[in-house]
Amino acid sequence: MLSEIFGAGGGNDIQWCFSQVKGAVDDDVAEADIISTVEFNHSGELLATGDKGGRVVIFQQEQENKTQSHSRGEYNVYSTFQSHEPEFDYLKSLEIEEKINKIRWLPQKNAAQFLLSTNDKTIKLWKISERDKRPEGYNLKEEDGRYRDPTTVTTLRVPVFRPMDLMVEASPRRIFANAHTYHINSISINSDYETYLSADDLRINLWHLEITDRSFNIVDIKPANMEELTEVITAAEFHPNSCNTFVYSSSKGTIRLCDMRASALCDRHSKLFEEPEDPSNRSFFSEIISSISDVKFSHSGRYMMTRDYLSVKIWDLNMENRPVETYQVHEYLRSKLCSLYENDCIFDKFECCWNGSDSIVMTGSYNNFFRMFDRNTKRDITLEASRENNKPRTVLKPRKVCASGKRKKDEISVDSLDFNKKILHTAWHPKENIIAVATTNNLYIFQDKMN
Amino acid sequence: MAAPLGTGTRTEEPGQEKQDAQEKEIAHPERAEEAKLKAKYPNLGQKPGGSDFLMKRLQKGQKYFDSGDYNMAKAKMKNKQLPSAGPDKNLVTGDHIPTPQDLPQRKSSLVTSKLAG
Repeated sequence: MLSEIFGAGGGNDIQWCFSQVKGAVDDDVAEADIISTVEFNHSGELLATGDKGGRVVIFQQEQENKTQSHSRGEYNVYSTFQSHEPEFDYLKSLEIEEKINKIRWLPQKNAAQFLLSTNDKTIKLWKISERDKRPEGYNLKEEDGRYRDPTTVTTLRVPVFRPMDLMVEASPRRIFANAHTYHINSISINSDYETYLSADDLRINLWHLEITDRSFNIVDIKPANMEELTEVITAAEFHPNSCNTFVYSSSKGTIRLCDMRASALCDRHSKLFEEPEDPSNRSFFSEIISSISDVKFSHSGRYMMTRDYLSVKIWDLNMENRPVETYQVHEYLRSKLCSLYENDCIFDKFECCWNGSDSIVMTGSYNNFFRMFDRNTKRDITLEASRENNKPRTVLKPRKVCASGKRKKDEISVDSLDFNKKILHTAWHPKENIIAVATTNNLYIFQDKMN
Repeated sequence: MAAPLGTGTRTEEPGQEKQDAQEKEIAHPERAEEAKLKAKYPNLGQKPGGSDFLMKRLQKGQKYFDSGDYNMAKAKMKNKQLPSAGPDKNLVTGDHIPTPQDLPQRKSSLVTSKLAG
């Protein structure tokens, strides 16, 4: 750990280097290839991505090369499968996208790996297992599987397992369907590892991983009269340690913490986190930009982080009336809200994540930039995910956006930013300084410079 | 120095009014942006944020296919000849029931993800 505090170049800032990039080079992006979620598993050995085409691709980190101690293992394709298909609900006249909204890994209990993947309506539990042996020497079957005529069998042998090329198989073990009228935005596995929640715009349901024909509704904010609808649920997550506690965020910038011990239906929150607004600053855009697009508990469970359009906020669960830290992601966009509203970018949903020790938080921005905020040093950095920087072990150059006035050399002006290049999804390895950053259709992996 | 249209940049005209307006824009960039938006779209809803966005969000994916109409039309068709395509460009809108076949088919991706390639 000391080597991480007093880094190679002196000082305690991480030096990020390009490691790998996955995906096609061409600029013509097919809709199906748009990455919609990225998630490391609990050990960090596996990295899963979901896309708009309903496909899941899982990468596995190579075992560390003993001779090459200065680089960590690369991530290579481990398994890929079609998780969800497009559907049409004739009854409601509703087209159901196959886009994978979220993937969440279960902690590993045996040789197989399990993950939950969800689209707008259906959650699926997938089992990913390895097969590296196969039985040979059956008495009644030929090697190709055809059945032998039993009358031709004159001797018996004991079948044995022989090694074969590794096969990774993904199979759907549970399908949790028909529980959401609105569109699922979040799934979160409980620390009891038996239950999980799924949240749509207006409701949150609690499931048991073994039971697919029934779920319990634990939050329902649908008003009796839809004309009175003023806010929707934007994200939800279980507390990492307390199996009775979860939070959900809203389009109005509030977070509610609920305790399932209090009542069966958690419509009344135990805590309400909301930063008071300065009424003199209120505008048409205020509510839209305050909408929380992601909420994540710290690994410790003491804090939670929220992402709204322009900032990242850290909340202490013991203090409801304001966040303890606020970091500006791209404040220069505040004077561009009119155009961002017109091109719909103001509705982009950025995610955020913690590093393993909860000391640094990361989130994406436009122009394929992503930002990191060190909570201890209060320093921040802007980096770019681009194929131009792809020399391994070369430290990435920090980027700077010039908000107004004279643009310095190496700075980029706000008007030159490409708003089609958004980094909405990022993930941080649970233990190491390895990050996965998704651009529209490419996945970048960066690592800190060792030695 | 002429300012390009629509970018909101200010020319270098002297005058206290322009300076005050500029200060206001810096102090309240959101309000300035709001004014820009209202100027472009004067009929924009009174409720800031509010129900319009939310309703649009809840209705994502809605297509126009009425299974009741479809099944009734199917039943009616059994007694008549199916109309041939071509001359029927002038079909009254109400008589033409969209069928599942008419809706743009969304095929699942049979192609492997390029991330795995």
